[in-house]
Amino acid sequence: MELALDIGTWVLLLAGSLLLLITGFGLIRLPDLYTRIHAGGMADTLATFLIFVGLSLQSGFSLVTVKLLLVIAFVFFTGPTASYALAQASFVAGLKPKLDGLSESEDKDETD
Amino acid sequence: MIYAITAIAILVSIALALVRAILGPTSYDRILSANAIGTKTVLLIGVMGFLSGRPDFLDLALVYSLVNFIGTLAVLKYFKFGTLRGTLSKPADNA
Amino acid sequence: MLRTVSLFLVLMAVWLLLSGHYTPLITGFGIASCLLSALIAYRMDVIDHESHPLQLGPRIFLYWGWLFIEIFKANLDVAKCILFPSKNLRPSMFMVTASQKSDLGKVIYANSITLTPGTVTVDLDGDQVMVHALTEISAQGVMSGDMDRRVTKVMEATS
Repeated sequence: MELALDIGTWVLLLAGSLLLLITGFGLIRLPDLYTRIHAGGMADTLATFLIFVGLSLQSGFSLVTVKLLLVIAFVFFTGPTASYALAQASFVAGLKPKLDGLSESEDKDETD
Repeated sequence: MIYAITAIAILVSIALALVRAILGPTSYDRILSANAIGTKTVLLIGVMGFLSGRPDFLDLALVYSLVNFIGTLAVLKYFKFGTLRGTLSKPADNA
Repeated sequence: MLRTVSLFLVLMAVWLLLSGHYTPLITGFGIASCLLSALIAYRMDVIDHESHPLQLGPRIFLYWGWLFIEIFKANLDVAKCILFPSKNLRPSMFMVTASQKSDLGKVIYANSITLTPGTVTVDLDGDQVMVHALTEISAQGVMSGDMDRRVTKVMEATS
């Protein structure tokens, strides 16, 4: 049982670390602001979830677990709001996104 | 052991975000990096708490995640309106 | 009034879970502060169906479960896109229509879009949601309207 929990922690933390590294890499590599927001959003969601769930496997049933879950909840609620505020502010400021023209609103109608 | 590996990965990721903050052509890129660094700091505090065997650090992580959010919004609002006073509604149309 | 009581209970639960000190004096302070917060919120008239959405009920948890699976899939998609940008990177921007009637429903929908990596809500005007998508897969995920229907279902059962 102890071993299974340890292995679970290893797997989850390693996966989370890998996702975080990809996120940092994406922040450098992606071409413009709007695409970089997606990379930032990845750290906000799955990476946080994986790392904190991995940690909570080690703490057992205690108040520490509750706090870990609460941090996940806070990050999940505040993350998208901050992303939206950022995207909206830069859009209002007139920053144009680089598009590949695959499905711009003109040449491909959305399905309502 | 695994905590140390995770902490190093988080630090490397923070460093990468910092590079973007230095390079960032627009100020919004820098705000994005600041926000990302904040989220990663929350993770780092949690992992460091377990690394040093003191999970009490999680209280700090909890507060930091909220302060980070408020800070990002405050900076964005200041950028958009040039002041922190008043409501967040759009000045032109508020339908 | 029901919402005020429920707010007090939620505050109390959070206080008990975070505190960890259960001596009578400290717990008394906790109860007093929670009561005061609930009272101030009641006096300020900020407890309504938006700030304390009691009416959503257990359905929202089912929706969160579904949303989490979507987040998982979207994360893998974005990770693939970052590692192999030349093959997958197709940024696009388009409008979708939010079919929810209430503001709360629209906010839940827009925030769900943003929470899923690969798609970010850029603007919300009336019932038109402007979305920026990173890859073709994520763009189609929003355009298919699956998430929109699910949010509408969660909201509809309430009113």
